[in-house]
Parts: sequence; structure tokens; C-alpha cells
Amino acid sequence: MRRQVPLALCFVFGVVMVLIEFSPHPYSKSLYNEVINWSLIIGPFALVLGVATLVQTHWIRIRRRAEYWQYSFVVLIGMIVMVAIGIPFGPSHKAFKWLFMNIQVPMDATMFSLLAFFIASASYRAFRARTLEATLLLVAALIVMIGNAPIGDFIWNKIMPFDNLPSTVRQWILENPNLSSRRGVILGVSLGVISQSIRIILGIERSYLGGGD
Amino acid sequence: MEKLIGVWIAAFLTLCIYSFLYRDNPFYRFAEHLFVGISVGYGIVLSIHQGLIPFAWTPFWQAITQWPPGWGLTKLIPIAIGLLFFARLIPSYAWLIRYPIAILMGIGSGLAIPNVMQADIFRQVHGTLTPFSQIHAGTLSGPEIFGAILMLIGVISTLTYFFFSVEHRGVVGGVSKVGILFLMIGFGSAFGNTVMGRVSLLIQRVEFLLQDWLHFI
Amino acid sequence: MLKKIMRIDRRIIFILVALAVIIPTLLKVSFPITVSEPTRKLYDYIEDLPSGSTVLIAFDYGPSSMAELQPMGMAFLRHCFQKKIQVIGMTLVTDGATLGYEIMQEAAKTTDAIDGEDYVYLGFRPGTIQVMLGMGTTINSIFESDYKEKPLAEIPMMAGIKNYDQIDLVLDLASSSTTEAWIAYINTRYNQKIAAGVTGVIISQMYPYLQTEQLIGLMPGLLGAAEYETLIDTPAKATKRMSVQSFVHLLVFGLVILGNVAFFIQKRENENV
Repeated sequence: MRRQVPLALCFVFGVVMVLIEFSPHPYSKSLYNEVINWSLIIGPFALVLGVATLVQTHWIRIRRRAEYWQYSFVVLIGMIVMVAIGIPFGPSHKAFKWLFMNIQVPMDATMFSLLAFFIASASYRAFRARTLEATLLLVAALIVMIGNAPIGDFIWNKIMPFDNLPSTVRQWILENPNLSSRRGVILGVSLGVISQSIRIILGIERSYLGGGD
Repeated sequence: MEKLIGVWIAAFLTLCIYSFLYRDNPFYRFAEHLFVGISVGYGIVLSIHQGLIPFAWTPFWQAITQWPPGWGLTKLIPIAIGLLFFARLIPSYAWLIRYPIAILMGIGSGLAIPNVMQADIFRQVHGTLTPFSQIHAGTLSGPEIFGAILMLIGVISTLTYFFFSVEHRGVVGGVSKVGILFLMIGFGSAFGNTVMGRVSLLIQRVEFLLQDWLHFI
Repeated sequence: MLKKIMRIDRRIIFILVALAVIIPTLLKVSFPITVSEPTRKLYDYIEDLPSGSTVLIAFDYGPSSMAELQPMGMAFLRHCFQKKIQVIGMTLVTDGATLGYEIMQEAAKTTDAIDGEDYVYLGFRPGTIQVMLGMGTTINSIFESDYKEKPLAEIPMMAGIKNYDQIDLVLDLASSSTTEAWIAYINTRYNQKIAAGVTGVIISQMYPYLQTEQLIGLMPGLLGAAEYETLIDTPAKATKRMSVQSFVHLLVFGLVILGNVAFFIQKRENENV
């Protein structure tokens, strides 16, 4: 019950979805739609569970007076306020949108904008042309950076022939050597995804069941 | 008025986050935790309003209020399976969560195999080899022919680098070294584009502070 | 001196970056934008669509990418509304729900597009791949109502739109792997034309799909947004921001060169000793 039935369910649903892909029969299409609907119904419960787990984590931090436990109150209050407004009035309500646009959006954007500073600092301190590989990486990065910036073409056009060379070279790098390496990665990753999917369906890969019995 | 209050709150929180650049401090920690709480709350509301209600609650209500009972009752089965997720919160019944996870994994894996094979393997290999039929037909220019040959060399050498079942020595070692060079160019391009991506966020925040908050521009 | 240069406090670099953004923003500098082929392909495809065609835009991004993708969405929406192309908006990520709604409203105001007749915003549904595939059967099976909970049956624009057969293009504004999912599942299964506008981090991994024409066009990051604004002859936020961007790129370029020059000089000194 605890392991065999889930593995059997995984096998059945997996095989059915693969076989349906190759069957033009109308019954196959109905079955396909029904399975998709099932996964659409089951999926949102996982999202709500993730939230319940987070609440549990912060509640434990408060009870145990863990480091910075006071900030866990901030997490819970923020969450409760959004839920208290959003659930009865809906996500298109003015107050809910106001909270999202004036609190979540600026903070989310600002958090990630910090990376701009760290990228510049890390580039200066760590980006060294020590080996041929590092040099290639560095040169490609510099060409793409200058090619992306409009000032690159602007300055080049003023002082050199061959208009827009920085952006042209950038485009060539993206459409040729970059494309080749990315394609190699896509092929490799896809083969990995397919083999992993087959292993999951056949029950060879069972880590998603968790530990214990 | 609410717009003005919103701008000031957004500006205050923006500066709280930027204070981290000097060092970690209570303002940053407050803003960070508030962000987590607000975004989780937002996620809950969206998941319930735009997920659970249309996909679970509405069909459930229609199924149990429908008279005479019809095929709508079949919707109760996936709803019941979805509810098994909450068994995770009761330690002695936590194993029940394996049922919905196994079903979702099976569906996801089954969908992935034919579609990923078609899109990411067949089409990509086709794209690599198509230029050679065009070379044969004589429709490509000199630089395009060079690009096609370079692409083939790049794809094969990159794949060779990732093929760890054979030791990277001799010819295989040489080809995989070429693959590394192509990968480095790819990573360099990615870095160059990432700089653009992250800096654009910074520019947007500075624009907000200078224009919407301080009205300097 | 060399050691000081190589060990400069990172907060000084932070200040330089901040100044490289603040000063050009205050001075309102502007540079012309060179349009690249991938963006032009997308623009030409929309230009060739007749009035009354339908485009679906997936606003699959959150606030952490809106600086690049919001201007892209705005420029593209303006183009569609000017050409009287109907637009369906939706999203596969929770954060995109409100952002997508806001940008569609803002774009509609600039062109007098009418909600329900020229555009409709469906909102968010969880499930990514299942949502995409479900819409291939009928859009109604996934979105019974729009974002403001008006039933689709009551929306005039949706009367003739059942699934992807009536949609001429899907544009994915993405900051994660949703574009690959649209290509793998919808382009493959339904032969649906897909285009993408992506954030800087994932630009380079889109090019293999462009070459195979699994993507018919691509707007690469903020630069792509600025290029599209140039093509529709409406320079706006993206064009201004790219001009400011130039100075930061020059700064990073200079810092990398300086760091390497100092490194090589020190290396030579150590070898001589």
C-alpha cells in the first residue's frame, strides 16, 4: 500500500500518457483530456500545502525563540494581511493590488537589482584571463556586453568603418558558437530528462516517494 | 493620497533592501521577512482564487448539487486524491501523500517523453543537419557554410564533453577540449546578457526613486 | 599601488555602479538603437497579420524581471492594438497575474482598446504544462471567466475563439523555463507559432530554437524591448533605460580590463622576483 500502489499508479498514468500521444482514436482524446483535468485538479492542493509548511516553520521558530525569531512575526503578519484582504475580495480588489504593487513588487525588484552591484564587484575581483578557457569566456562576455549597449555602436560608427560592428559581432557570437554549445546542452539535458522520465515510470527512480518504509 | 503613501512605502522598503550593500542590518531583515510574508500571502490568494476554486471547489459543488447525479461525480475522485496532500501534516498518515505525488509524476513523465524527444532532440538534430542539405543544393553563401560547419563541430564537441562513459583521452579528449571552448563562449555570452538583465532592474529602481519619489526627473 | 587596486573595497565599486546609473538617468542621455534580426522577425510577423487576427500573450514573469519584460509587453501590445489585432492575456506564474492585468490596462488606455472587444485578460491558472495542454482542447475548460470573473461566454471577443486553432501567435514573456515548455508541448503538438520575449539571463539559450524556427521571433531582454519600441516608432522606457545601461556596461568593461591588467602586471613582477 505504502510503496507498491504509488509505484503502480505512476506506471499506469505514465504509460497511458505516452501511448495516448500516438493514438488518434477519439476515445484516446477523451481519456487524455480527462487525465489533464485530473492533474489540474490535484495540482493546486500542493501549492496550498507548501504554504501550510511555511507557516508551520515560522511558528516553530517563534515558539523556540530561534535566532531572529521576532522577524517571523513580520512574515506571519504580512501573510495574514494579504490573505485577509485577498480571499474575501479577490485578487483584482483595489487594496490587494495596492499591497502587491507597493510592497511586494518594489521589494522583489530591489532584491534582484542588488545582483547588479555584486556582478560588477565579482567581475572586477574574480574575472581573470588565467587560462585559454577563461580568456574565451571573458572575451565573449565583453563583446556581448559592449554589443548590447547602444553606446558601443554609437562610438564605433563615429570613429571606424563597418557600421554597427559591435552589435553585429555580438549577434554572430550568439547565433554561432553560443548556439552550438547551447544546442549540445539542450540535447544532453533532453536525453537526461527522457531517461529520468522512463526510470520514474518504470519505478527504478523512487526518490519522489521520500524515505522511511 | 493612497498613491502618495504607496510611493513613500515603496521607497522606504527599497532603501531598506539597498542598506544591505553597506552591511546586514535590522532594516534589511525586516524588509526581507515582510517580503516573504506578503509574497506567500499573495501566492495563497492566487492559488485559492484562481486554482482551487475553479478547478476543485466549483466542480465539487456542481457534482454534489447536480440532480440527477451524472458524470460530474467523477470529479470527486481527483479532489479526494488532492486532499491527500494534507496528510503530510499528520505524521502517522504522511505516507498518503505519495499517491497524489506518484500520479502527478507519472503524468508529467508520460507527457515529457514524446514531446521533449520531438522538440529538443529530433528538431534540434534536424536543425543542425538542415544547412548541409542547403549546402548540397547550393543555396548558402560562404559565411553561412562556415557557420553551418562551425555549428556541427560545436554541437558534436559539446556533446562529447558531456559523454562521461568513455575516458577523455586521445581523440575523444581532444574533441571534448574543443567542446569546452565552445561552452566557454556560451557561458561568456550568457554572462554578458545577465549583466544587462540585472542592471536593467537597478535602472528601474533608480528611476522610481528619482522620478516617482523625489521628482528629480 | 597594484595591491591596493586589486583589493579595492567592494563598496567603492557599488558607489561607482550607483553613479553610473544615477548620473545618466538625471542627464537623460539617449543613443540610437540598432535593431537585431530576431526582434525584426517578430515585428514583421505581426505586421503581416491582418486586422482581426488573435494573439495570446503569456505574462510568465514576476517583479524580478518586470524591468525588462514590462516595456516589451507594452511595446508589443501597442503594436497589436494599433493593427486592430485581438489580444488574449494570461499567465502561468502567480506573480504575473497582477502585472499582466496592469500592463494590459495601461496599453489599452494609450490606444483606446476596449476590454472584451479588443483584448481580454484571463489571469492565472496553476499547472503550467497542463494549463497549456488544456487550452489546446478548449480555452473555456481552463478559464471559464476572465480575471474580473466575467464568464467568457459573455465576452464578445471570445465568441469565435475556442482553442489554439483560432490563435495566430503565442508570445511568451518569460523569466524562466516556460518558453521551452510552450515550444515542447504547444508548438510540437498543435504546430502553434510561438515567439518569446525573455529576460537577459536566458537569452542565449533561445537561439537554438530560433534557428529551427520553433520560435518565429525573439525579443532579447531590455535591448529587445528597446528594439521593438524603435520599430513601432515609439521610443519609451526601454530606449531610455538602454541608454543608461550603456554606462554601466562600460564601467563593468573597464573594471574587468583594469583588474586583468593589474593581475598580469603583478604576475610578471612575481615571476621576475
